[in-house]
Amino acid sequence: MATHAPVSQPSPLDLFTADAAPGVKCLDLHVPAIHCAGCIRKVEGAVRALPGVTGARVNFTTRRLAVEWETARLDPASIIETLASNGFESRPFNAADAAAGKEDPASRALIKALAVSGFAAMNVMLLSVSVWSGADGATRDLFHLISAVIAIPAIAYSARPFFVSALGVLRHGRTNMDVPISIGILLATLMSFVEMLRGADHVWFDAAITLTFFLLVGRTLDSLMRDRARAGVAQLLKQSARGALTLAPDGSTEYRAIESVAPNMRVLVAAGERLPVDGIVESGSSSIDRSLITGESLPEPVKPGAHVLAGTLNLDAPLTIRTTAVGEGSFLADIIRLMEAAEGGRARYVRIADRAARLYAPAVHLAALFTALFWLASGAGWHQSLVIAIAVLIITCPCALGLAVPAVQVTAAGMLLRRGILVKDGSALERLAEVDSIIFDKTGTLTMGRPLPVGALPLSPEDLRLALALALRSTHPLSRALAAAARAAGATAASVGPIREVPGLGLEADHEGELVRLGRPDWAGSTESAAADTSLLQLAFRKGNAPATLIHFADPLRPGAEAAIRTLISRGYQLRILSGDRPEAVAHVAGQLGITHWLAACSPADKVAAVAALKAEGLKPLVVGDGLNDAPALAAGHASIAPSSASDAGQTAADLLFLGDSLEAVPAALRVAAKTDTHVKQNFILAIGYNLLAVPIAMAGLATPLIAAVAMSSSSIIVVANALRLRWSAR
Amino acid sequence: MTSLAFLIPIALAAGLIGLIAFLWSVRSGQYEDLDGAAHRILNDDEEGPGA
Repeated sequence: MATHAPVSQPSPLDLFTADAAPGVKCLDLHVPAIHCAGCIRKVEGAVRALPGVTGARVNFTTRRLAVEWETARLDPASIIETLASNGFESRPFNAADAAAGKEDPASRALIKALAVSGFAAMNVMLLSVSVWSGADGATRDLFHLISAVIAIPAIAYSARPFFVSALGVLRHGRTNMDVPISIGILLATLMSFVEMLRGADHVWFDAAITLTFFLLVGRTLDSLMRDRARAGVAQLLKQSARGALTLAPDGSTEYRAIESVAPNMRVLVAAGERLPVDGIVESGSSSIDRSLITGESLPEPVKPGAHVLAGTLNLDAPLTIRTTAVGEGSFLADIIRLMEAAEGGRARYVRIADRAARLYAPAVHLAALFTALFWLASGAGWHQSLVIAIAVLIITCPCALGLAVPAVQVTAAGMLLRRGILVKDGSALERLAEVDSIIFDKTGTLTMGRPLPVGALPLSPEDLRLALALALRSTHPLSRALAAAARAAGATAASVGPIREVPGLGLEADHEGELVRLGRPDWAGSTESAAADTSLLQLAFRKGNAPATLIHFADPLRPGAEAAIRTLISRGYQLRILSGDRPEAVAHVAGQLGITHWLAACSPADKVAAVAALKAEGLKPLVVGDGLNDAPALAAGHASIAPSSASDAGQTAADLLFLGDSLEAVPAALRVAAKTDTHVKQNFILAIGYNLLAVPIAMAGLATPLIAAVAMSSSSIIVVANALRLRWSAR
Repeated sequence: MTSLAFLIPIALAAGLIGLIAFLWSVRSGQYEDLDGAAHRILNDDEEGPGA
C-alpha cells in the first residue's frame, strides 16, 4: 500500500479477520512453505514474539497458522510482514473458505456414531458368545435383556445416517443402498425385541449392531476421503483478488471488498498483482500475462485505452484502470455461468454402488417375501415364517456391498495422494475408469505455462551475478525465470548500486562506473533484430559499452509430457489439443508430441462445444486443462484433471489435481482408476457370491444368529482385504 | 453365577470409559493435526497449545 494505514482505517486484511473475543481478533493464514518441525517452531516463535499476539498455532496437516491478537496493540499486516521476513509467504483465508477446509461436521458425526456402535457391538458380541457357548434359562434371558439395553439405544443413535438418507430418497420415490440397509437393521432390532419378550432361544441384536458398525466404517471412509480432498482444494482456492485499491477523485485511496467496487471507479494495480476487475487502462503502460484467461503464452503490452480482464497478471508497472464491469457483468461471471451449465451432466452421474442398489434392493425384498409365502404355504405358521423371512433380510443386508466401493476408493485415493495426485471425490475414479478419449489444453498443461531460458545461459560467470542481482528485483516472468536459472547454475547475486526499474523496459544499475541494463532487447541496446512475435520472449543484458547479450526464452513442454503422450497413444486413447493460443504455437507442440487432432484459438465456449461434440459421438472424454478458459470444459468433461498450478476456477472444476510438474501423472491416474474399477467389480462379485451361499441357508430357516454373525463379518473382511490388495496390484 | 453380577457391570463400565475417552479426544480436536503432532515431538521448547 502507498501509505501505511493507521489501525482504524480499513486494511485489506479486515476482509479476512473475525472477532474472537472483545478486543481480540483472529485470522487464519495459509503458509504453504511449512514442511518440518523447525518450520513450526520458527513460525510460531516469530509470531508469538510480536506484541499483542495472544495465540499462534500451526496446523501442519493443512499448512495453516491461526493467530489471535489484541486489536489495540497490533496491526495485522505486521504478522504477514514478520512471516515474510522469516522467509514464509502467507496468504489470508476468507472466513467462508476457512470453513470449507474444516472437517465436515458430517464426518465428525460419523466418527462418533462409529465409536458408539463399535463399543456396543463388542459388548453385545461378548454376551452373544456366552449364549452360543451354552448359557440357557434365566441367564440367557438376562443376557438377551442386557444386549437389548445396549443395542437399541446404540442403533437408534448410530444408524441415523442410514435412516435419514433412506427417508430422503424414499420421499422422492427413488431408492438407494440405504433403503435395504435401514429395513434390515430396523426389522432385525424389532424382531429381536419381540423374541426377547417371548423368552425365545435366538435374538439378532448382535447382527443388527455389528451390521451398523461395518456399514459405518465404509461410510466414514467415504466421508473422510471427501474432506481430505476438499481441504486440499480449499487451500488452493485463494488466488483470486478479493478486494481492490480504489482511487477517489480527490486522490485518496481506499481498499474495498470486491463486492463494493462499482463500474467507473478507478482502481490501482501494482506491478506483480492480479487485476481485480475488468476495465480500461487510464494511465500507465505495462504488459499483461493473460495465460490463465486465454491460454495465450506471450505477455501482451497494454497502453492507456486498452481493455483488460480480471484475473490477468500485471507484470511491469503500476496501472490505473477504470472499471467497466464487476460481478455479474464480468468475463469471470461469464465463465462461471458456462461452468454451471456444463456441470449439469456430471450431476446426473449415478455412482456404481447406487446403480447396484437399484437391482439389489428389489431382489432381496422379493426373496424375503417369497420365503415368507413359501413357509406359510408349507404350514409353518405366521410366527416362524416371519422369523425366517426377516433372517433372510438380515443376512442379505448389503454389508459387504456398503464396504466394497468405499474401501477400494479410499485405498486408491491414498495411493494416488502419495504420488501427488489429489482425488476430489470417489465418483471421479469411477468416471475416470470409463474414459476413452483425452482432450488437452496446451499452455500450462502440455507446456509449463511459464518461460524458461533456452539452452545454457550465454553469460560469463561475472555477468551472470550482475544479471541475477537485477533480475531478483523484478516480478516479470522472464526475470524470475532468469533468476531461477542463474541460481540453479550456482550464481550468487553481485552487490550493485541502487537498482532502477524502468516501467515496461527493464532494470538498470551502476556497477563500478558502468551502466548495467537487463530488459527489452531494443532498450538494452541489442542490435539483433528479433521477429515481432518472439521479442516478448527475449531479454538482453548489457554491461557498459560491451555488446548486448540476448537471452532467449521459451515455454517448454512439461517434463514427462512426451513419454506420457506416447503411453496414452499406445493404450488406445484418442488424443486432441484444444488451445486458446495461436495456431503456429499449437501446431508446433502438437507436432512435437505426435498428436494429430488439434484446434487453436478456441474460446471457452468453443472448448465446451468441442467436448459436447465428442460426447455426442458417444465418447467419454477426459479433459486435462489448467486455465480459467478451460474451466467450463473441465466441468463438461466426463472426468477432468488439472495441474495444481491451475487457475482457481480450473482447480474447482477438475476432479483430480496433480501436484508435481510431470505430466506422467495423467497416465498414472488412468491406470490406478482402471485397477480401482477392477477391484470394485471383484468386490461386487465377492459380495454377490456371499449372498448366493448365505441366502439359501437363511431361506431354509437355518440362519441362527451365530451363522449370521460369522457370515457377515467374514464377507466384510474379505472385501476389505481385496481392497487393500489394490496396493500391490496397482503398484 | 453371582460373579456375573459384578463382572458384567465392570466389563460395561470399562468399555464405556474407553468410549467416553475417545469421544472426548475427538471433540477436543486431537485428530485435527496428526502430522503436526508427529513433528512437534522434535521441538523441545514446545510451550503447549495456545501458549
